[in-house]
Amino acid sequence: MENAGMDWTAIQAVVWTLIKILALVVPLMLGVAYLTYAERKIIGWMQVRIGPNRVGFQGLLQPIADAVKLLMKEIIIPSGASRGLFILGPILAIAPALAAWAVIPFTDSLVLANINAGLLYVMAITSMGVYGVIIAGWASNSKYAFLGAMRSAAQIVSYEIAMGFALVGVLMAAQSLNLTDIVHGQAGGLHHWYIWPLFPLFIVYLIAGVAETNRAPFDVAEGESEIVAGFHVEYSGMAFAVFFLAEYANMILVAALTTLMFLGGWLSPVTFLPDGIVWWLLKTGFVLFLFLWFRATFPRYRYDQIMRLGWKVFIPITLVWIVVVGGMMQTPYGYLFH
Amino acid sequence: MTYTTAIFYFFAAILVFAGLRVITARNPVHAALYLVLAFFTAAGLWMLLEAEFLAITLVLVYVGAVMVLFLFVVMMLDINLEKLREGFWDYLPLAGFVAVLLVIEMALILGSRHFGLEVMGAPAPHAADYSNTKELGRVLYTEYVYAFELAAVILLVAIVAAIALTLRRRKDSKYIDPAEQVKVRRNDRLRIVKMQSTPKPGTGEGGA
Repeated sequence: MENAGMDWTAIQAVVWTLIKILALVVPLMLGVAYLTYAERKIIGWMQVRIGPNRVGFQGLLQPIADAVKLLMKEIIIPSGASRGLFILGPILAIAPALAAWAVIPFTDSLVLANINAGLLYVMAITSMGVYGVIIAGWASNSKYAFLGAMRSAAQIVSYEIAMGFALVGVLMAAQSLNLTDIVHGQAGGLHHWYIWPLFPLFIVYLIAGVAETNRAPFDVAEGESEIVAGFHVEYSGMAFAVFFLAEYANMILVAALTTLMFLGGWLSPVTFLPDGIVWWLLKTGFVLFLFLWFRATFPRYRYDQIMRLGWKVFIPITLVWIVVVGGMMQTPYGYLFH
Repeated sequence: MTYTTAIFYFFAAILVFAGLRVITARNPVHAALYLVLAFFTAAGLWMLLEAEFLAITLVLVYVGAVMVLFLFVVMMLDINLEKLREGFWDYLPLAGFVAVLLVIEMALILGSRHFGLEVMGAPAPHAADYSNTKELGRVLYTEYVYAFELAAVILLVAIVAAIALTLRRRKDSKYIDPAEQVKVRRNDRLRIVKMQSTPKPGTGEGGA
């Protein structure tokens, strides 16, 4: 804490932090833009199509063209909408998606805020993302949007519990809430990663992550064949694009967290190669590829199936595995779970 | 005024404003959202007290889960505030009396005689790597383990009671057991009948 008052060093610190935030957000937004491109290309190839290939070489400028198009479009606010909240919706969707990135480490030293309770912070911040969806759905004053918001609220709250329990397992293995320490706990090569002792939790976390980000096959909040586009049906132009940005930023966040907690973060899988951010990017990229692969493969879940999977399958699995991990730690084989 | 004090007053002002709006907002959804703001700002104040575990848990539990369900319900209900406000002036004297009593009680305990800086000095700030979460966990599971377990059991009883009170089996429910669906084999649904293929009389051998 700064006790000397608002002097020159404090202002310097604020400016320096702002520069660091920019250095984090700009690559993230570029990542989001090109993730949409990758999604369209990869799903295209999976369905034996070409995908975008008109704007720029191999369609590489397509996301830029889309962004410009959305920026130029008019934002229409429905006359029956609750004006203030209608605008607040997208803001509340994107703010947590970006704020959570503050504690994500990229290497040993490359992290915006290396705080003790990093994991708790991420959980608390991401749990607020649902407000964007609920408020947007309610403020639109449209039944489709409202149905989407209700579905999304129930789904996100349900899967958050399973997700939280999966993180409890990681916390037990790493004995720390600090994300950097969690990665350090997995040092020593591929077989030390937490994916092996915590495999059921890894699966639960990954699937709950897909559900939390409202991605297919859990995208009942959008459900374009039933409720048009769900919570963002009344949004146009940049207001819609902000929802889009938030969804993809959340996707990258879940992929990054999976990487950090189960796949050894920036650590190299074999000891003779150096650790580095390259590994972080490769692993995160692989998890993101899984997201796209899921979308191309699975049909949308029915609402009652989603609820059943979350409450009756995932929560019991995580509870049992937490007990297993805790019990095994008391035996001579406890080292396998650290 | 130090930086921390400035932040404190900033947060406190927002908290008081949000708290007032919770009871004055005409729209129940707006009121619930102001309550969310109040929780979040309170978490900020706790963070200033170096109680980061409590602050983050407040956001995680109350903002992230409880208020979402609250909003969920409030959005579904058709609440007529005019009707709710009907008895306002009748209840005002009683409410005012309760409020004054509360203020007197708090003043008695929190006055400078018991809570002033001379009696309870500000605790020394901890080092940056001090883990509030770990300390809290240690105390909770050693010194206060019985109280903690008791609280957990009471909560469990409350959950069981709430479910038992609301659980009802509907007669007209079209519930399908997923396990049954998965277990179904071809032979349960489909019967393949072996039949002799006999030519129709008249068209038989000669037609081929």
